[in-house]
Amino acid sequence: MQLTPDEKKMLRGDQGAAVKEALELQIEVGKFFGAKRLVPVSNVHMMGDIEVMGDSGKAFLGRMSEAGARCVVPTTTNARCIDFDYVEKLKQDPDEAAKERQLIAYLQKMDVVTADTCINYQTLYQPHMGERVAWGDTGTVIYANSVFGARSNFESGPAALAAGITGRVAEYGFQLDAHRKGTLQVNVKADLTDFADWGALGKLVGEAHQNYYAVPVFNGIRQRPTADQLKHLGASLASYGSMGMFHMIGVTPEAPTLKAAFGGAKPAAVVTITNRDVERVYAGYSAKNNPLNLVVFSGPQQSLFEMKNLARLLGGKKIKPGSHLFVTTSNGVKSAARALGYLAAIEAAGGIVLEGVCFYILQNIGTLRVQNGWSNLVTNSAKLANIIGAHKFNTLLRRTDDCVRIALTGEEA
Amino acid sequence: MSRPRGRAPLIRVRRAFGAIVEGEALVSREGFSPRYDLDRWTGVISRPGHALEGHNLKDKVLITPSAKGGIAAGWAFYDIKHKGIAPKAFVFGVTNPVMVQGAVFAGITITEGWSRDPYAWIRTGDIVRVDPLKKTLELIETRR
Repeated sequence: MQLTPDEKKMLRGDQGAAVKEALELQIEVGKFFGAKRLVPVSNVHMMGDIEVMGDSGKAFLGRMSEAGARCVVPTTTNARCIDFDYVEKLKQDPDEAAKERQLIAYLQKMDVVTADTCINYQTLYQPHMGERVAWGDTGTVIYANSVFGARSNFESGPAALAAGITGRVAEYGFQLDAHRKGTLQVNVKADLTDFADWGALGKLVGEAHQNYYAVPVFNGIRQRPTADQLKHLGASLASYGSMGMFHMIGVTPEAPTLKAAFGGAKPAAVVTITNRDVERVYAGYSAKNNPLNLVVFSGPQQSLFEMKNLARLLGGKKIKPGSHLFVTTSNGVKSAARALGYLAAIEAAGGIVLEGVCFYILQNIGTLRVQNGWSNLVTNSAKLANIIGAHKFNTLLRRTDDCVRIALTGEEA
Repeated sequence: MSRPRGRAPLIRVRRAFGAIVEGEALVSREGFSPRYDLDRWTGVISRPGHALEGHNLKDKVLITPSAKGGIAAGWAFYDIKHKGIAPKAFVFGVTNPVMVQGAVFAGITITEGWSRDPYAWIRTGDIVRVDPLKKTLELIETRR
């Protein structure tokens, strides 16, 4: 790999042990992928909480912060596993909460902005076309590549932190033009009204073509999609398909035409998605004769507009006694929702709004499930419906209105 | 399925990182995620219905067609390495950057891509050798 004089000095340890260690990690990863050089990044978003990293990861962060590691580009954090206001109410482990506080202190010492959100692309930073960033989780990466035309690979927590410390990444994957062209054409003949419909589209395409380097090109979308709709589509594609990029003709910046999206090459496959396909996704979920007593809006966190919509649907009503409705969002969105009265409307109906977390990585989620007798989880997020199965929930993907109706009545329509 | 006759050929891998390792193969036709499939306290593959359910990953050479899961997997390899339950190597058909970053961070050998189908030649319990420098996967000894 070709290193600049500055990078050679960093590797020699001129900027300290932490920079050296971070760069060594990046070079090994770059060598694996055949990267020829490192390239500068202007923004980093990292996943780091006690549930995902455990004691060894926390010890690593402590060591790096002691060794003088400091982020040289703006670096923010993804959703975490604890909302400190809810540790007792959710019966989370106080020891783990204490570790989480210590871990946050380590990150802040390294100049990491602990914003704790997975919708940084809606709330914190919007990179421009061609801008190189180092982001994770996967939903943030696919949004950066597809909707902004920025450049990022999936960066795991330690890899993103390394990028923050060195201000660079190895140039491979979606950092390169070669991997940003469409590989698969998806003709969309479905109406896609609710967020869950967009998630269902992501599931249909992602599940059938699992590959990090598969780049679907959506053609024939009949509407101007909103940021929230694209968010649900991207999160779902990344979750079911491990995909990091998509194009949408006439919508995303690297796809003005089909020809441009494919770079002149022929798609490896052409598929068509209709309303019937989307309905088939919904029909694939069943309550299995267990109660519908848990409804969750999370994964990704809710935007202010989603909060407004939930407030409208829940306003003046009460969720069914014994049922639970959870919403997760960022501190910024929750604060705005409070000022605007949306929060009060959701909470008055009995909803629990958590900030800075994602439902599926909540510390103690497995125990929480058992203690509350939850079996089914109803959500409008296809991503959440996919991944929460790891904690032995049976999931049902439903449209937003249907989710709220289930929370109010305990019944499907 | 019976093994083909004759001496097992050397399988070339496309990309590789890590130390040369030799160990017992754990062969799966199903993809792998350290978050969705693994009990990160025991090293046992715990997800109900996984092709390797009940098998322990510790000190094995995991041969699997693909990577599953998201960003959180990047911390998980380091975690299991420090708990002493990590495998000796991950041999992936297709992987993603998170798995590679995670394995490099944890110092676990990892490879991607294979020149011929390892499933025809290598079974769970066989002893295999992974050489990242030569980019090879070799059957050393078949299970009795």
